Amino acid sequence: MIEFINLSKAFPDKTLFKNVNFTLEDGDFLSIIGKNGTGKTTLVKILMGLEKPTSGHIKFNKSKLKFGYVPQFRNIETDYPLSIQSFVELNLKKTGFIFKNKKDRLRLRDALQKTGLWDLRGLRLGLASGGEKQKAYLAQAIVNNPDVLILDESTASLDGSAKEKLMELVKSLNEEQGLTIIFVTHDYLLAKKFAHKYLLFDQKQIEMKEDIASLDERVFED
Amino acid sequence: MFQYEFMRQAFIASTFIAITCGVIGVFVVARNMSFLSHTLSEIGFAGAAFGVLVGISPLFGMILFTLVSSILVGSLSSKKERSESSTSAISSLFIGAGILFLALSSKTSSYATNILFGSIVGISRENLIELVALAIVILVTVIIFFRKLSFDSFDSIGAKAAGLPTVFLSVIFLTMVALSVSIGAQVVGSLLVFVLLTLPGATAKFFANSVGKLFAVSIGLSLAGVWVGLILGYYTNWPVTFFISIFEVLSYFIGLLKNKIKTN
Repeated sequence: MIEFINLSKAFPDKTLFKNVNFTLEDGDFLSIIGKNGTGKTTLVKILMGLEKPTSGHIKFNKSKLKFGYVPQFRNIETDYPLSIQSFVELNLKKTGFIFKNKKDRLRLRDALQKTGLWDLRGLRLGLASGGEKQKAYLAQAIVNNPDVLILDESTASLDGSAKEKLMELVKSLNEEQGLTIIFVTHDYLLAKKFAHKYLLFDQKQIEMKEDIASLDERVFED
Repeated sequence: MFQYEFMRQAFIASTFIAITCGVIGVFVVARNMSFLSHTLSEIGFAGAAFGVLVGISPLFGMILFTLVSSILVGSLSSKKERSESSTSAISSLFIGAGILFLALSSKTSSYATNILFGSIVGISRENLIELVALAIVILVTVIIFFRKLSFDSFDSIGAKAAGLPTVFLSVIFLTMVALSVSIGAQVVGSLLVFVLLTLPGATAKFFANSVGKLFAVSIGLSLAGVWVGLILGYYTNWPVTFFISIFEVLSYFIGLLKNKIKTN
């Protein structure tokens, strides 16, 4: 369980959000929705401990919560040399010193299998399709068995069917593995289809809704 | 060939330097910072000339200049669009300074030639110990930070997202490049040290698709280059640097050709 208590973030010239309160249960699928620049990514960074809030705090039910984060942009060009497996392995926290031991190899294999990349593991990431790349980013984020998986606009660069396929995969991780998901997006249709609850970032207020069905396109009206 | 002390020393020094440059070169290429090794080559020349002028070891003059400036160049070049012009500006400044330092010192032009083009065969026992010690410092540092340096070099966005201290890792990387330039220049000269620091790493991209294999190929090519250079240099009396450059450039073009054939 993650509890956001009176969380605020302000910069000298702008208040991003004020007194945000909500609770995220284990196994939840939350979508954080809002326009660009409303503070969605900042909230996520505060959650991961990469930024400090101006006031308020976050309470966890575990002493050390592990996060897997899939950022929005990646700079993988066609001449990128690493295979999908080696790319995923970059984030593998090895229990051995430099070389992988049996446990490490199993975790790596598990992440590749869960994302459907096992048969493509030898393919150079630079030559993979957009959807395969995104799956590799996802596999890299889950390779250390996180408690919470955060997808930050991760579907933004994909076409319609690739988006759906990736989200189906995320859904299966949520349902079968019990992984808590935070999906940051401005694609309300995708959020509505896959998330259970949502946190709406509006210029005026931040609202937590338990019922995803109440989400419609009006959330983006000024 | 190995009955001569100077050849034995040259082989030992070159072996350590080649391994070091082969390792650091993979990080240089992965970070798209080949231009940095070019710039540091020229800065290294100015540093060595400065050492000659003030009466300290050219190697330490080089280390001093490359260390300070690698951090400077690294921060100046963090924006891609600025990297080319900042590189040219800094290179011009340091080549000019190097020429001035040499002109002001009383050393002969052959000394300048040694700095610019390398003088591995003339290495003293004292220099050999310095070089090997520095190479070991670099390699041990890389082993300590290996996973984090690899993650940050091959996927800087992912590394940042995973909470790695990327600024600290950049400083470690830049320091290691500066030290590698300083010791690599002892074999191939400051003018061509980027040959050892970029080409084996760049060629490795054509033949390997994992972090471990990239290092293995890069170290292998770097070692083969300096050994071939020393052997051919010994028998022909031609400059060692020439053979090393030719070997590394040919390897690169073979890799490029293989890649073209494969993609067509």
